[in-house]
Amino acid sequence: MLRLEGVSYRYAGAPRESLREIDLDLADGEVVGVVGASESGKTTLALVAAGLAPRAIGGALDGHVLIDGEDVGDQPMHEMATRVGICFQNPHTQLSQVADTVFEEVAFGPLNLGIERLAVARRVAQALDALGIGSLAERDPRRLSGGQIQLVAVGGLLAMEPRHLVLDEPTAQLDPEGKRLVSDALLSLAARGTAMMICEHDTDLLARLCSSIVVLDAGRIVLAGPTTEVLADPKLEEFGVQPPAPVALQRAFEEAGLRVTLPA
Amino acid sequence: MVTAASAVVLGGVVWPLAIVAVAVLMPALLAGVLPTLLRYSILFSLPLAMSALIVNLFFLPGAQTVLLRIGPITATAEGLAFAIEILARIAAISGAVTLFYLTTKPSELVLDLERRGVPPRLAFVANASVQTVPAMAERAAAIVAAQRARGLDTEGNFLRRLRGLLPIVGPVVLGSIGEIEERSMALEARGFTRPGRRSLLWSPADSGAQRLSRWMLVLALVGLVVARTGGWI
Repeated sequence: MLRLEGVSYRYAGAPRESLREIDLDLADGEVVGVVGASESGKTTLALVAAGLAPRAIGGALDGHVLIDGEDVGDQPMHEMATRVGICFQNPHTQLSQVADTVFEEVAFGPLNLGIERLAVARRVAQALDALGIGSLAERDPRRLSGGQIQLVAVGGLLAMEPRHLVLDEPTAQLDPEGKRLVSDALLSLAARGTAMMICEHDTDLLARLCSSIVVLDAGRIVLAGPTTEVLADPKLEEFGVQPPAPVALQRAFEEAGLRVTLPA
Repeated sequence: MVTAASAVVLGGVVWPLAIVAVAVLMPALLAGVLPTLLRYSILFSLPLAMSALIVNLFFLPGAQTVLLRIGPITATAEGLAFAIEILARIAAISGAVTLFYLTTKPSELVLDLERRGVPPRLAFVANASVQTVPAMAERAAAIVAAQRARGLDTEGNFLRRLRGLLPIVGPVVLGSIGEIEERSMALEARGFTRPGRRSLLWSPADSGAQRLSRWMLVLALVGLVVARTGGWI
């Protein structure tokens, strides 16, 4: 269980906090969606949850980040990396730049941890299999599409065998085909019981993946609850979040005076 | 390294050219990279070769045999002879370096260095620097195309090209700098900052014959230096 307790965070030199008094749980096997307008604090929340803020980027953190009840605030980043993995928006910045094949790229993290090579090979094979990209193993990662690179990046995290994954807008910079690839892979991971926190604008994707949703506004949690309830909440649009297509369609029917019940 | 050093130690014209033929051109032919090697080698060494030729041909101190007068400056036979010697050494050095570049994968070289105890971070920096060049070239090509689409003139005379350089260099450099933070965070998230040795997935093949050849070459170079300094050759 990854728990954020009363977490507030201020970037170095920033006049005010980007996150304020956040309480959030990510239970084992759970998929939590985080939505909000731009600058609402989604990326900051992802960085704090993964331990990069303040370890890697500085700033001031109040409150506690706990994993299985243990405060991990003092753990070095390489140890934190084995407990929470983080995937960023831009697929290209996540490649190590030193691997000639997808296999080597996915192996980069476990090798950094000093894990014995046969165990690394097993981890890589499992990660590629979980994402359905085993056929890319011998390809040059720099020559793949954006969606494929994003999957390789997620594979690199899975090979570290963290209990939790944090994904910061994993489909934001992808074309429709790339989005489909990543969405399918995330659905597959969710079905396998991988705990994920997904910060994302695409509420249709979150509706398919998440059991609960958290809405951020100006660094605070303003709505939280089961996915169907939060994504159907009329206040969602006030916080700059577009509801998923079925909810928008239902509202359009209602405004036209039609009574239609769409399947959940 | 042995090839380049041998050419410098032996000096003259014949020895360096013989070394180029045996240790550069023949291996390049066998590796199927001879045309590329010649192109790259000439391209890389041309500025240095031209300046060496001009300086020695026209300005070699003590040279007296005049070949040609162009206004206040004179080309001398001694200067030409010395310039040819220098060109032969440049050919050996640039040929050897280019052959190494064309036949060695940077990732394998760095992996082998790491296996021999080079710190992982140093090895990573060396490898990433080389591997990033094609990515930077691709980014630059995309920016050139985008700037051309917006009317930037990147062709024509030297001054026009120079004027067109700034709107291209700016986005390439700033874009790369902007990605540094995310790249470094992505590395941290993959355990890169863990102290100590990292494990290696594989090691480049290094047979007994290869090791023996390397030691023989080093011994040959030492012998060459001794023979040269002793005046035997």
